[in-house]
Amino acid sequence: MSPSKPRVRLPETAAVGEVIEIRALITHVMETGNRTDAEGRRVARNIIHTVTAHFEGELVFKAELGSGISANPFLAFHMRVPGPGELRVAWHDDDGGITIERYTLNVE
Amino acid sequence: MNAKVEVPAKVRKAVEFGSAGMGEKPIVTTAANTLFDCIDRRTLLVATCAAAVSNALVSGKTFAGGVVSDRAAAALANPTPLTPTPQFEKAFADIVGNAALVEDGLSLELPEEAENGNIVPYRVGVESPMTPEDHVTRVHLLSTQNPQARVATFHFTPLSGQAAVQGRMRLAKTQEVIAVAVTSANVHFIARQIVHVGIGGCGEG
Repeated sequence: MSPSKPRVRLPETAAVGEVIEIRALITHVMETGNRTDAEGRRVARNIIHTVTAHFEGELVFKAELGSGISANPFLAFHMRVPGPGELRVAWHDDDGGITIERYTLNVE
Repeated sequence: MNAKVEVPAKVRKAVEFGSAGMGEKPIVTTAANTLFDCIDRRTLLVATCAAAVSNALVSGKTFAGGVVSDRAAAALANPTPLTPTPQFEKAFADIVGNAALVEDGLSLELPEEAENGNIVPYRVGVESPMTPEDHVTRVHLLSTQNPQARVATFHFTPLSGQAAVQGRMRLAKTQEVIAVAVTSANVHFIARQIVHVGIGGCGEG
């Protein structure tokens, strides 16, 4: 199961040098691997294990997540605006699903 | 300290009347209260209580300078009512190694009471210039009671601008949550917060 369409919120425009907040939410079961089904079989772990944010190819933020992160993982992080450009956020899950979204940031 | 003697009575009251009023008290007092709450449940000796509360009170204060302390080691060594899992101990040792731990500077915000352990909001952040020469590189979020101790590791760069992150975590049961931040100069900061969990998360069973 590949993650569904994520929602990312960041300002449309910002000043160079300003630290902006980026909020990212994605729908995902974040199956822990600790649960068993009705027949007593262990349900395989399937979580988003890595989230990365790059701006113009440079790493802004990376999160390595464990099964202790809630379903539909939400992250709010920051970026010091170096100039106009493209923010690329990627979510990777255990099933090999990768969701990549791109957002344009303009400067004032 | 007289305060130590007075706190248990308040706590018993808080326990009797439920937790509704606890959120209105000052942070330091509630931190002590929640700790006492656990201890009451486990009926530990009063002497242990006093030591634990004095720890809680001290760690709730802001120190003037970056005081390096071995309180983390002491807290882990103490037979507290919330004995960390062996998995936590290993993860913590792997992260911290022999580094000294700075108690002041890293903030870890979690609710003191979480009815639903499946969704517990956290915010962790540390003051840093976030320059190429001096920035926070990693923040680890650890659980002392969950089946998996390592909840998350966050990586920052100078482009992050600010070493702060918020999200939502699972807590299997009442426990202490630990955050450790590591800077580019290899300085280690630690913060901790006890969370009382109503219905546990992590989907065990």
